[in-house]
Amino acid sequence: MIVVVDYGMANIGSVLNMFSKVGAAAVASADAATIRTADKLVLPGVGAFDQAMARLRRLDLVGPLNEMALERRIPVLGICLGMQLLLDSSEEGDSRGLGWIAGQAKRFTFDGTDSRLRIPHMGWNELKVRKKSVLFEGVTEPQRYYFVHSYHAQCEQQDDVLGTAEYGYEFAAAVERGNISATQFHPEKSHRFGMRLLQAFASA
Amino acid sequence: MLRTRVIPCLLLRNGGLVKTVKFDNPTYVGDPINAVKIFNEKEVDELVFLDISATVEGRGPNFDLVRDIATEAFMPFGYGGGVTTLEQVRQLIASGAEKVVINTGAVERPSLVSEAAENIGSQSVVVAIDVSKSLFGRYEVVTHSATRKTGKDPVEWACEMEKAGAGEIVVNSVDRDGRMNGYDVALVRKITDAVRVPVVACGGAGKLQDLREAVVEGGASAVAAGSLFVFHGKHRAVLITYPKYSELEALFDAR
Repeated sequence: MIVVVDYGMANIGSVLNMFSKVGAAAVASADAATIRTADKLVLPGVGAFDQAMARLRRLDLVGPLNEMALERRIPVLGICLGMQLLLDSSEEGDSRGLGWIAGQAKRFTFDGTDSRLRIPHMGWNELKVRKKSVLFEGVTEPQRYYFVHSYHAQCEQQDDVLGTAEYGYEFAAAVERGNISATQFHPEKSHRFGMRLLQAFASA
Repeated sequence: MLRTRVIPCLLLRNGGLVKTVKFDNPTYVGDPINAVKIFNEKEVDELVFLDISATVEGRGPNFDLVRDIATEAFMPFGYGGGVTTLEQVRQLIASGAEKVVINTGAVERPSLVSEAAENIGSQSVVVAIDVSKSLFGRYEVVTHSATRKTGKDPVEWACEMEKAGAGEIVVNSVDRDGRMNGYDVALVRKITDAVRVPVVACGGAGKLQDLREAVVEGGASAVAAGSLFVFHGKHRAVLITYPKYSELEALFDAR
């Protein structure tokens, strides 16, 4: 069973919808016991970094999440803010992140020469896959996904970067380290491209 | 590189989809859920639904309909019409909308926009500004589906809304609505020059070239259109269409 961590900071419904469309069993839960029974975890997220970490702590979920991701090493997928939470920290706030992937979330900064570069980065962008992953196995055609974010991951280890996209400059749009993967974009809102990715995650 | 978003703007009235001309004469064009299914197949960038009778009738959003849309929509969508309270904003997000569109509600109580931004994040807060042009060429913000004047200047209002926390601004020309003779590019340019958040041009698109014009001349980050995607041919037969990805790529990449 896939458990989508429901800590009140995401549009959980669309993630569950997409899993149900690809025939994968998934439930939303904020309950530590349920999270401990998961085969796979999805950590979605929309909103502010500190607020999200505070909610995870208030719900006593940091311990169970660490246990499942780092000790039991089940597949985990972070989405959007859920990807940034996996890092050590974020320029957006003062809280420590989960620290599963070494790095920091940085705010987009542009030199101002291109007035079309607005923040947030919002819309469809193409992903350049940088390394082998079960999430992109057998994929040949260009993949595009829906993004909406003002901060992006900066990984300490380049090996952790699974894919990049370009907005003013190239940034890490997906990361992967062992059993832990995450996407800055929203697969649950990205038509057949996102459907395929979530199916790959569900069946891996 | 990010491609310009092209967003069908779908108007709701009594649970059905309609299309207006200059915010008047709504013509029934179909069922919203059916439209979502078609737009799924066409891999549309994003959708926006606006309930045009909610404010005038003093109603709030139809959350059941939002949930139904969310179940079908494999693309992001925004919902607006009759949004006046923070509770409605929260409930719209909980019902599956990615974005909440606030229009009259922001004019009546500007703090609604900052409250919404603090709660659901700026990226999900869209302020729609309906703009009417006087005989003397002066632009003015109007509300209640263009039945009330506010005396506000659209550029000042857009800046105020950006400061309040709007993550995106939709500028909709009442005079161009449904006419299919192009956006009010001058109006769009005024707004895009004044704010740093993405601006969506709306009102008047009749052909693909109009979309490009709003981006190249108007500086819009995204373009929305109604008639262009629901009517076909000179007799305005109802037919839901959307350009192919390759067509849009070519349209916006062309120098």
